[in-house]
Amino acid sequence: MKYLCLVYLEETVFNAFHSHERHAISDEATAYCDKLQKAGQLLAASPLHPVETATTVRVRDGKTSTTDGPFAETKEQLGGFLMIDVPDLNDAIRVAAHFPAARFGSVEVRPMKELGCAD
Amino acid sequence: MSADTTTEARLKVDEIYRAESRQVLATLIRLLGDFDAAEEALQEAFAVAMEQWPRDGIPANPRAWLVSTGRFKAIDGMRRRTRYDASLNELAKHIETTTSDPLEQTDEHIDDDCLRLIFTCCHPALSEDAQIPMTLREVCNLTTEEIARAFLTKPATIAQRIVRAKAKIRDARIPYEVPPPSELPERLDTVLRVVHLVFNEGYAASSGTSLTRADLSSEAIRLGRLLLQLLPDPEIMGLLALMLLHESRRPARTSTNGDLVLLEQQDRSLWNRDQITEGVTLVERALSSRRFGPYTIQAAIAAVHAEAPNTRETDWPQIVGLYDGLIRAEPSPIIELNRAVAVAMRDGPATGLELVDALLEHGELAQYHLAHATRADFCRRLGMNAEARASYQRALGLAKQEPERRFLERRLAELPG
Repeated sequence: MKYLCLVYLEETVFNAFHSHERHAISDEATAYCDKLQKAGQLLAASPLHPVETATTVRVRDGKTSTTDGPFAETKEQLGGFLMIDVPDLNDAIRVAAHFPAARFGSVEVRPMKELGCAD
Repeated sequence: MSADTTTEARLKVDEIYRAESRQVLATLIRLLGDFDAAEEALQEAFAVAMEQWPRDGIPANPRAWLVSTGRFKAIDGMRRRTRYDASLNELAKHIETTTSDPLEQTDEHIDDDCLRLIFTCCHPALSEDAQIPMTLREVCNLTTEEIARAFLTKPATIAQRIVRAKAKIRDARIPYEVPPPSELPERLDTVLRVVHLVFNEGYAASSGTSLTRADLSSEAIRLGRLLLQLLPDPEIMGLLALMLLHESRRPARTSTNGDLVLLEQQDRSLWNRDQITEGVTLVERALSSRRFGPYTIQAAIAAVHAEAPNTRETDWPQIVGLYDGLIRAEPSPIIELNRAVAVAMRDGPATGLELVDALLEHGELAQYHLAHATRADFCRRLGMNAEARASYQRALGLAKQEPERRFLERRLAELPG
């Protein structure tokens, strides 16, 4: 089953780390993703640029409106994602729990639908 | 066959339903991979049993027969519906080839299935609101109406929580498994918390007019026994002991008009000695394992009370020591408050008052009625009547349960001056 692991963190918390700590966390995340990839469990993963770079798009009555900023203003922001393929939720939780950002942010694990979005 | 033997066979089917339906369900969920399909198969299997057993006699292994019949009925049903949904044929073929007929299996997996069911209903990815009704519905076989009545809510609310939980189990693919040893302590904590919450809901209802709802407590004790039988872990022993020792006081805990009677004033001859003996034996076994946790320590405290003839002759130094251990294992302001009560019994109310004032100053217990009631009691014993009155009034403003409110009002009225 495919799961999308959404990594949320407070940018200020991450930025408060020493730069060598930030690099260590980043290296650990990269190494972890490599390991998942080798195990055939990782489909895609990427960190995201900060929320200031986000644009939200809506179409209402045929008109496109774009607004600056993320869909929801919350303290913790979507900082990146991992798309994984593992047998069940317990495995997905294990994968999420070992991702470094889980120690200072949160990882939301969402099962991905196999069929169309209406099903 | 005479009418008598038919009735007898039907009664036997009823008896087997009560005794075995949860185990049969637990195995069917594993075989079919779906709660609703398993429940349907279970009902069909019992319908067939109701028809066949009075005529042909009861099979040698009724449980295996029921699982086998349920599995067959489910596969058959999927085949029949294949013309509406082609994927069902694949599913039926998958179930038929990946699972073997239970009649050819031994009973050794049955216990595992029961544990799988408990761990799935108490999965941490389900909300507490869902874990409790799922456990009571699927493991204890209470109806949604019974669960709703026990939790003073509408059956529709409970039904909706169960439907949502089952949808999450299916859609997020929560596996039907007993967690591996490395994850067992953490997962068992969730299970024990659910059992303890069910017990507490029955022992001290969180709101409403009646102080106790005995059915929930006995279900929790039954769950505790089942868990211990399936998984001999010291903390399960500790929790079961804690529940038994608290339950033993039930007859003495409320007066005939439903009022709360404090431990200090309880008629200890009303305490249930069998439950105390069983509880104390379990505590001793758990303590000797040296791998016990907070439930065992709480049970040990309850055991000290259970073995004391009255409040005065209670071993308060030992209770204070146990609270110290409990605070180390599981720091919490409520445990600090209980410790303050024990310290007051050992060293006098003045020391207790200092501790409670420090706790209240810290802020976390400011909205907790028992913190103010405890402070009021210490002040009363020290003859500080005006302070006692103010604290009783604070407590009364925060208490929700009718019997507790009546108790506080009585204490207020009894204050001199």
